[in-house]
Amino acid sequence: MPVHDVVIVGGGGAGLRAAIAVAEKNPSLSIALVSKVYPMRSHTVAAEGGAAAVIKDFDSFENHIYDTISGGDWLVDQDAIELFVKEAPNEMIQMEHWGCPWSREPDGTVAVRPFGGMKKERTWFASDKTGFHMLHTLFQTSLKYSSIVPYDEWFATKLLVEDGRCQGVAALDLRTGRLEVIAGRSVVICTGGAGKVFPFTTNGAIKTGDGMSLAYRARVPLKDMEFVQYHPTGLPGTGILITEAARGEGGILVNSEGYRYLQDYDLGTPLDVTDPNHPVKKSMELGPRDRLSQAFIHEQKKGRTIKGKFGDVLHLDVRHLGEKRIDSKIPFVRELAKKYAGIDPVYEPIPIRPVLHYFMGGIDTDITGATTLPGLYAAGEVACVSINGANRLGSNSLTELLVFGARAGLAAADFALNQPPVDLAPLRKQVVDEDARITRAYLTKSGGTERISTIRTEMRDTMEEGAGIYRTDEGLKATCDKLAELRERFANISLDDRSFTYNTELISVLELDAMLDVAEVVAHSALARKESRGSHQRTDFPKRDDESYLRHSMAYRGEGSPRIDYKDVVITRWPPGERVYGQEQSK
Amino acid sequence: MTETDINTTIEEVATIELEVFRYRPEKASAPSFDTFTVPLHDEWVLLDALNHIKDEIDGSLSYRWSCRMGVCGSCGMMANGEAVLTCAAFLKDYAPGPIRIEPLANFPVARDLIVGMDDFMEKLNRVKPWVINENGKSVEEGEYLQTPEELDDYVQYTMCINCMLCYSACPIYGMEPSFIGPAALALAQRYNLDLRDHGNEERMDILSSDEGIWQCTFVGECSEVCPKHVDPAGAIQRYKVEATNNWWKSKLMPWSN
Repeated sequence: MPVHDVVIVGGGGAGLRAAIAVAEKNPSLSIALVSKVYPMRSHTVAAEGGAAAVIKDFDSFENHIYDTISGGDWLVDQDAIELFVKEAPNEMIQMEHWGCPWSREPDGTVAVRPFGGMKKERTWFASDKTGFHMLHTLFQTSLKYSSIVPYDEWFATKLLVEDGRCQGVAALDLRTGRLEVIAGRSVVICTGGAGKVFPFTTNGAIKTGDGMSLAYRARVPLKDMEFVQYHPTGLPGTGILITEAARGEGGILVNSEGYRYLQDYDLGTPLDVTDPNHPVKKSMELGPRDRLSQAFIHEQKKGRTIKGKFGDVLHLDVRHLGEKRIDSKIPFVRELAKKYAGIDPVYEPIPIRPVLHYFMGGIDTDITGATTLPGLYAAGEVACVSINGANRLGSNSLTELLVFGARAGLAAADFALNQPPVDLAPLRKQVVDEDARITRAYLTKSGGTERISTIRTEMRDTMEEGAGIYRTDEGLKATCDKLAELRERFANISLDDRSFTYNTELISVLELDAMLDVAEVVAHSALARKESRGSHQRTDFPKRDDESYLRHSMAYRGEGSPRIDYKDVVITRWPPGERVYGQEQSK
Repeated sequence: MTETDINTTIEEVATIELEVFRYRPEKASAPSFDTFTVPLHDEWVLLDALNHIKDEIDGSLSYRWSCRMGVCGSCGMMANGEAVLTCAAFLKDYAPGPIRIEPLANFPVARDLIVGMDDFMEKLNRVKPWVINENGKSVEEGEYLQTPEELDDYVQYTMCINCMLCYSACPIYGMEPSFIGPAALALAQRYNLDLRDHGNEERMDILSSDEGIWQCTFVGECSEVCPKHVDPAGAIQRYKVEATNNWWKSKLMPWSN
């Protein structure tokens, strides 16, 4: 039966955590877990470094809260971050009870490591495959609940809204090519981010912003979409992630002259790698990601980068850690560097460049995960609560998908319990129309001349050019214009594959459709924000402007371009201040 | 630098042929092979070649992939008869070619390079790959202590990415599809050996059944092919020893139960 109580779209960390939360709350609730890939393929799997939660006596909630607020350049909602930080340890312990193989101290307690922008060590880790272990722990745990009904390899194309409430999705079964109703009294979107709208990204192929587009088309606003995070250390060419844990363990960043260039960008004074106090927290290599990625561009302008086959690079050097420590703490870094950069980091520095990593923005939700559309919830990277503000701190996102995945699941369960049973007839009618739309646009159409890959590549290039690390009015306008052109050309697309069984080209075109929505919202939101804050850097407006922009942007789908509005940031106890890095050693 | 720039700065040195298995159930009742010529770049993996085909030559070629960094487990296929992750196998290692790309052996083919996963998913479920502990701690009571040595005892078996290469390589599974198979058995051992778990007995029924460990004749192909060095064959052998010891114990010391 396609009728459930709660429909969860997305089977990564947030979706699985939400599903388990519903199943544990009330075993009589039927849960549909709809995912375009088998859940263990979800991109949570690729997270490496760790997940933040206060667990050690030397740390405090106050530290975690303040680090995150200042890291996010004060665009963080303070009610949200406070509850997040307080609920984080229990969620992480719950993961421990479910079997997550956390790395340990010799006394058997959970080990923590330092991460960028954090005053104390609070990042729990499972070697350097933390996301992989968390995803598989959640996935395997989810198998024990018979109330979770998997819809593996089903692609949701539309939210079904009736009587002003979200009551399910239209979803394409990849095996049969059939579009079906999957109905529920509430829906939770957990489909992750949209890194694939950019050319160089740590993100896997599946990170195409599908859920953001689903909500946007249902007139739910997308919040703070101009804030996209570049991770400072991706491999050139492929964009494969080299975890921040490499720096947490003591790795250093050097330019073509072997100089630790970060000292030139207000990030502190380097200590020698043999100094017992290296690495200094919130300093140098452990500064926040936005500032480190921006430093790359400055080094490039000064001609101090290194020419590589895939453009300019800098070096991440971990050689001084020695083979034993590299193999025990960051073995995946060694494996990836050997395989995909052709160097062994035990003997050579790793070439790196900034690559698109994470969307701070997403579907606007409150602290329960509820969106502005009754019955619709969201959690994880797809959502914007917001705890990440203008720049996410490394290792907050894995914890976020636990805390807010669970919260969204519980809120969706409560909502479902208070709704009447679903009336399938009007939903079926919507799906008939949706099926006709897809068939007409892609499967029976004749005469199209555009290829998916052409439009996709041009979209990615214009995003990198206009909406990358540094932005200008002129560049953003050009990107907005280019995206409008691509949207027009998209209507003229033609597929080679018109079949039903595993038509992956059809999925690619639906993904491209979603990516064009997301790209347009990013560019227009960035154009409207005439200030520099966190990851959003405007060379024409280089200062932060709290007077005008200490506010969340809210992008609504309109006729033509998105309409950008604003919403106040929740400030409780931490008034806006300066972001200070490189000073911790003196405190 | 943009994606387009990158593509044009790469020197076009040579090409290589891929003979790709095609099966389109709506069109043809029997599979066939299509030959494609792709650029042979040093840094390209087999998956890059497949993506090149799909993007530029024939959009109807179907296969699974996502992370392209060897951890999501989607892109396993046969390359010249050997089960590999196509994101981790380099084209240049097959030069001068041709390279024959087929779907993972021992599984039903759904379309082109996509195989059916129902059997694997069902087997995974049957070994109960989750912590069983009726009288476990509450979250408020905090974490379980586990020393690095206790972690080391099972952590190798947690590394399974469910890529199913081991099932493709396993001659027993090829002949006897009811065999629970290497990955699922290794994951069962992963939980059995984790001190937080008390599910050993619950799993014994399935592990010691006709479909469980005793079917394995220790060929070891699974451990050879595993991209994550999980060593399922070792996990199965270890369980056999334990099961035998337990059997003798129950015969010689029946009171110990």
